[in-house]
Amino acid sequence: MNWASLSEFLSMKGYGLYVWGSYAVTAALLLVEPWLVRRHLRRARRGTTPLEH
Amino acid sequence: MKASLTWLTFSAPPRFYALANAVNPWLWALTVALAVAGLYIGFFVAPTDATQGEAYRIIFIHVPAAWMSMVLYLAMAFWAAVGWMLNARMASTLARAIAPTGALFTFIALWTGAFWGKPTWGTWWVWDARLTSELILLFLYLGYIALVTSIDDLARGDKAGALLAIVGSINVPIIYFSVRWWNTLHQGATISLTTAPKMAQTMLLAMLIMTFAFWAYAFATVFTRAQALALERDADADWARKEML
Repeated sequence: MNWASLSEFLSMKGYGLYVWGSYAVTAALLLVEPWLVRRHLRRARRGTTPLEH
Repeated sequence: MKASLTWLTFSAPPRFYALANAVNPWLWALTVALAVAGLYIGFFVAPTDATQGEAYRIIFIHVPAAWMSMVLYLAMAFWAAVGWMLNARMASTLARAIAPTGALFTFIALWTGAFWGKPTWGTWWVWDARLTSELILLFLYLGYIALVTSIDDLARGDKAGALLAIVGSINVPIIYFSVRWWNTLHQGATISLTTAPKMAQTMLLAMLIMTFAFWAYAFATVFTRAQALALERDADADWARKEML
């Protein structure tokens, strides 16, 4: 185990901004893209996709 | 007539559509399972780096995302070329479906690279060979997307996109070898087939598991997008009508 406490984990021993700044943006994008493609497929199945696709 | 399975079997849009439906739930489950395992090993098993402290943990998403950005570009160029040469619509549709996911991983590689560069190099960005060629990769993806979506005639858009994708693929080896060909702040290749790994086994393991997680993710999103594009393209065909609500 690398972490003595939760706060040590959250602060990444001083590198929290950089580590969590990387992971948060990556996680957000990798959650939004599947949501968008599934919406795209739902709309294609309903035949209501906007024409620019 | 009994349909035989050949390498062209899934070039028929309805067969591709059915295949994607069958494999996608498994790909999503695999993505989640691998990501949980990779992140657990990356944060709780892999030790602190002796020189970079905890900042190095960005590697578990940075390197896999950078690999995906290059592999997906080559896959996009390959399917665009196949679609062009064999006049295979599904191959061209697959190339179009890969582009946004490839652009996303390129952005993630650049973003996490900036957040890693700041604490280790003291700067978010430098105009060196590795970073600049990766930025050009992002512009190639965006240029491809802009080009194919701006041409109303789908077959002509496929051809124009294929030309751009194929010419642009010269950038991929440039990115890969940039750390050897030019002086750069960026460190050399993380993994080499000819030398022993320079990192701890558990660090390597977490990075490889995250790479497989990104692979499964990319397959699932690309397949779903390709399904949507194939339906739109064949909206008047019988098979598409059956899938539509």
